[in-house]
Order: sequence, then C-alpha cells, then structure tokens
Amino acid sequence: MVLLDALLLQLGYNATLVSLGAALLGAAAGITGTFLFLRKRALVSDAVSHATLPGVCVAFLLMAAFGGDGRNLAGLLLGSALSAWAGLCCLNWLTQRTRLAEDAAIGAVLSVFFGFGVVLLTVIQTLGVGRQAGLEGFLLGSTAGMLFSDALVIAAGGAGALVVILFARRALTLVAFDPDYATAQGLPVARIDMLMMGLVMAVTVVGLKIVGLILIVALLIIPAVTARFWTERSERVVLLAGVFGAVAAYFGAALSASAPNLPTGPLIVLVSFALFALSLMFAPGRGVLAAVVRQRRFQRRVHLRQGLLALAQGQPIYEALTLRLLRRSGLARADGVATESGKARAAKALRDEARWEVLRRDHAHGPAAALYDGLRAIETVLTADQIAEIDRKIGGPKEVRT
Amino acid sequence: MLDLICENGDVQTQDGLWADSPLAIRGLTVTYGQKPAVFSVDMTVAAGQMTAIIGPNGAGKSTLLKAALGIIPSVSGRVKVFGADLAQQRARIAYVPQRASVDWDFPTRVIDVVLMGLYREVGLMARIRGQHRARAQACLERVGMQDFANRQIGQLSGGQQQRVFLARALAQAADLYLLDEPFAGVDAATEKAIISVLKSLREAGKTVVVVHHDLATVRDYFDNVFLINTRKIAEGPVETTFTADTLQEAYGGRLAATQVDQLQAVVG
Repeated sequence: MVLLDALLLQLGYNATLVSLGAALLGAAAGITGTFLFLRKRALVSDAVSHATLPGVCVAFLLMAAFGGDGRNLAGLLLGSALSAWAGLCCLNWLTQRTRLAEDAAIGAVLSVFFGFGVVLLTVIQTLGVGRQAGLEGFLLGSTAGMLFSDALVIAAGGAGALVVILFARRALTLVAFDPDYATAQGLPVARIDMLMMGLVMAVTVVGLKIVGLILIVALLIIPAVTARFWTERSERVVLLAGVFGAVAAYFGAALSASAPNLPTGPLIVLVSFALFALSLMFAPGRGVLAAVVRQRRFQRRVHLRQGLLALAQGQPIYEALTLRLLRRSGLARADGVATESGKARAAKALRDEARWEVLRRDHAHGPAAALYDGLRAIETVLTADQIAEIDRKIGGPKEVRT
Repeated sequence: MLDLICENGDVQTQDGLWADSPLAIRGLTVTYGQKPAVFSVDMTVAAGQMTAIIGPNGAGKSTLLKAALGIIPSVSGRVKVFGADLAQQRARIAYVPQRASVDWDFPTRVIDVVLMGLYREVGLMARIRGQHRARAQACLERVGMQDFANRQIGQLSGGQQQRVFLARALAQAADLYLLDEPFAGVDAATEKAIISVLKSLREAGKTVVVVHHDLATVRDYFDNVFLINTRKIAEGPVETTFTADTLQEAYGGRLAATQVDQLQAVVG
C-alpha cells in the first residue's frame, strides 16, 4: 500500500513536495492549455517545449564555465525560456512571412531545436564538465532529489500564470472564438496571442523538471480535451481542465514516488489519458456511449412510427426490428397482426399524419409546419383547440376507435 | 489632404465627402502573394443609408471590408471612419463576419456570443452585470432569437447562427454596421428578419454596408451599390448605378445564361 501512502502524502518530505508541486503545475497547465486548445493551436506548445532543450544545455555550459553550479534550476529555466522564445519567434516568422503552413513550421522548428539540444547534451556528457548527472531528467521529468527551492520555482511560475489568466481570460476567449471580430473591436489580437504563447512557455518551463519537455504537451492538451466532453461552456471547460490536470499530475507523481525509478512525466500522462478515456466513453452528451444510446433511441422511434403507419394502412411489415419493437410494446402479435392497443395507436398515428398534412398546406402555420420531421407529436406544436379545428377540416374519425 | 490622389483624379469633390462619410477608403490595395485581390479602391459610403457591395466571386468584396477594418493587412491605402482614424472609431463600428469564419462547436452559449458585443463597454476584466445580460437579451429579441439564449451555439441552424451574429453587432450600439454576406445560405424567415432589422437601423440614422451576392434583391433592399471586381467598377445610388452596363463590366463574361436572364429581369 505504498501507493496509498503516496497519495496521502505519507512518503516523506520529498514525495510530498513533488506531489503538491505537480498538482499545482497540472492545474496551471490544464487551464493554460485550454485556451491553446480553443484557439486550435495546441501543437504549437509541442514545438515550444522541444525548443527548450538547447537553452537548458547552453545555460548549463555557461554556468559550469563560470565556475558555478551547472545544475542551478533557476539558471537552467532561464536558459530554457530564452531558447523556447527563440523557437516561438522562428515559428511565427515561418508562418507569417513564408508560405509554410503552421503544421509544417511546427515540424521544422520542433525537430531542429530538439536535434540541436540532443547534440549539446551529448557534448556535455563527453566533456565531463561539472556534475552533469540529471540533465537528461529534463527530457522525461525526474523528481528524485527535488529541492524545496525547486518546488518554490514551480509554484511561483504556476501561480503567476494563473493570475495572468484570471485577468486575461475574456480577451483570450474572445480571440479564440472569433479573432476577426476581436480585431474589428480593436483588441490587439497579435499581442493577445503572444501573451497566450508566453503563458504556455512559462508553464512549459516550470514543468520541465517534473514532466519533462517531451511530454509537457500532454499536460497542456489532454486535460482541456477531457474537460470539453463534460460541458458546453468555455469558462467551465477552463476550470474542469484545471481540476483534471491537477488530479492527473498529483496521482501520477504519487505513483512514481511509490516505487524507485518510475519516471514521473510518463506516469502523469498515463493518468491523464485514463481520465480522457473515461470521459470519451462515459461523458453525457458528447461521450461515445451517450451518442450510441441516443442513436438507438432515435432509431427505435423511427421504426415504431413506421410500424404503426404500416399497421394502420394494413401493409405487411418486413423489417425484423420494426416487428420486434411492435411486439415488445404489445402493439402487434408475432405474426404482425395488430393487437387492440396496436390498432388504437396506429389509427392515432395515421390521423396525426393527416393533421400534419393539413397543417403543412396551411401557410398561416408556417413556423409550426417547419417543425414537421415525421416523428414530432402534433400536440407539441399545436393547442388542443387548434387540433380540433384541423379535425373539423378532415371530417370525423374514419378509423375505428377502440 | 494633398497627399490623396484618387484613382479618378477627382481630389476636391472627394475631399468634402472624406470628412463626412462614415467610411471613406482611398487607394486601398490588398495582395495575396503577388496577385492583387483589391487594387487601389476608393469608396465613400453615404451616411444613414444602406449600401451593397456586389461583384463576382473572388472579386475582393469581403477582402475590401476586412482590409478596411485592419483584419487583414493592406499594401497601401487610407481609411477614415467618420472623418477620423480607424483606431479612434472602433467603438462606432459593428462588424458581422461571415458565419463560416468561426467554429460553431466552440463551447459557448448564444447569450455569451451576444455579450461579446459588449466587451468594449464592460471592459475585459470587469464583471458582466444584470443590465448587460438584459441588453444582450433585448438584442436577441430584435432578431427573434430570445428563446435561444441558453442554447449551445452548435445546436443552431445556419440562419439562427447568422441572427446571433447580428444580435452581437446590435449589442455594440454602433453607428456603422458592416456585414459580410449575412444572407448567404440562410432561410427565408431569417432573411426577412435580418433585412427588417437593417432597415430599422437605417431609420435610426445608422449606416449599413453589406457584402451581398443576390442581385435579385439589390433593388428592394439597398439605397446604394458599390460594384467591385478587384478594382472599383461603379459607386452610387441603385437607380443610376445598378445598370446592365455596370453589371456587365463587373461580372464580365462570368455570368451564366440564367444569371443574365435574372439580371435583365432585375435591371429592366
């Protein structure tokens, strides 16, 4: 029950620090990532995060060369931020000034920066300068030996990003939904986009230590996509994404602390994927299961209606599903002959069709007639008086009522 | 104003209008790559009237509007709104983009979209209050969408989407309304609702400019036309400017036989 201990923060000082730090990072990443997701620029964050690696290496080399501790976290993060910024500028230049589409530009920037970073990493290892051990931890995240000061850097970065978003959320949402309209209203769209990317960069940089640069994109995007399944309102998507991000990061970090040598980043990603998979299947409204149920229910209504009309007109029913549905509802016998209640319902269905006929020929009922789809009950669009009026036009009931 | 030399060299008369016009454009040029989409266009919108921008597909109608608003960059040209720079007059302009320009699966409700029209007034950080909601609701009522306030926008039909966009523009309480293809792909009821709202705006002294594609309705709906095919073809009152000659010039050989028949019927 090491895991339970880890979840309850019983695994000692370091594990506790890591879990809490990860939860805050997860919340910040989920919330920031939602705006990226709504702006449909989710993959830009992948380029930004991969572009941090050269900066980390250069910062390490510089700090070691000047006789300092090459592993000073603040120094490394500053380096990573600078090179992420350079990567972002390259990306913006490529998309705005050349004919390259954004996806191609992302691929180019991501691979070149990352490749350069890996070369630098190899150079550092062969040089044997300073105490380079642990630098690879930035690739996939490592929490072993995390210091209180490291946790503070992460907490401060995450909290800073959240405060900025609190003030900028309306501008970010407006630009994400309709950038042209935002421009026409005088909002500085380019600068708001830059702010969004800056926030993403900040989250990426502070998340390097825990999640690693390769997988931080998952923490930015998956919570937002997960949250989208549960609500149709952007402000709720933002909040839910924060919750999902925090939960995933907390559980993932606790899992990795429960056994030696479990990588933190990949575990956090797997936990957030689990939340995503659950939402994909079971979310009401947008979930896969809900869609299947809705489809089936609709199909049932169509078949029942068609079956009743066939019964009323004395036509044979060929579809097995129709017959089965009629039988199960007690409207028809196994041989397809209508029962008493089946006859009544069939007569009513036919009569409603006739009423709709009248309704649709009458231009005065335009809006109501537009609602006709073959399934809608006529009582939902007309009052009892109006139906009686129509019935007078049709004449008395022709079918035998039971 | 001496630096303004218009296409037709008619500097002086244009200068007078320049100051009064709700929207005056001089020498506006927009290019995609090396090919001009809009070339050196002058436009002077008459105040308090309804103007249709018409021309064939790809003639630069929407581009003209977007470039005038600074949504897409222009290579050259100047724009004045009510005699002042665009940046100072943003609050007086309400823009209705093409319906298809946004993702209607965006997680937001109808009322929230209309409230976007109030952002300049509410501010980007202040709370949205009951009075703002009431105003947004009133705008929805003007376009006949009051019952849809809490619907997710993805559930709307094309015509309803267009009405929501119009309601958002109404919420701005602007003086100049610029609409990009508001009648494209909407049902007859929506078209009626939109045109009656636009006419009520004109009655209230507002200026309305519409990118329009249906030549058959130009005479019924608009006071002025602006014909464009990359360059400006003609500009003026419908009776004198919307003629077989100008249409032929704007559309060139690009009108199908049925459209020519339709035109003949329209122009008479």
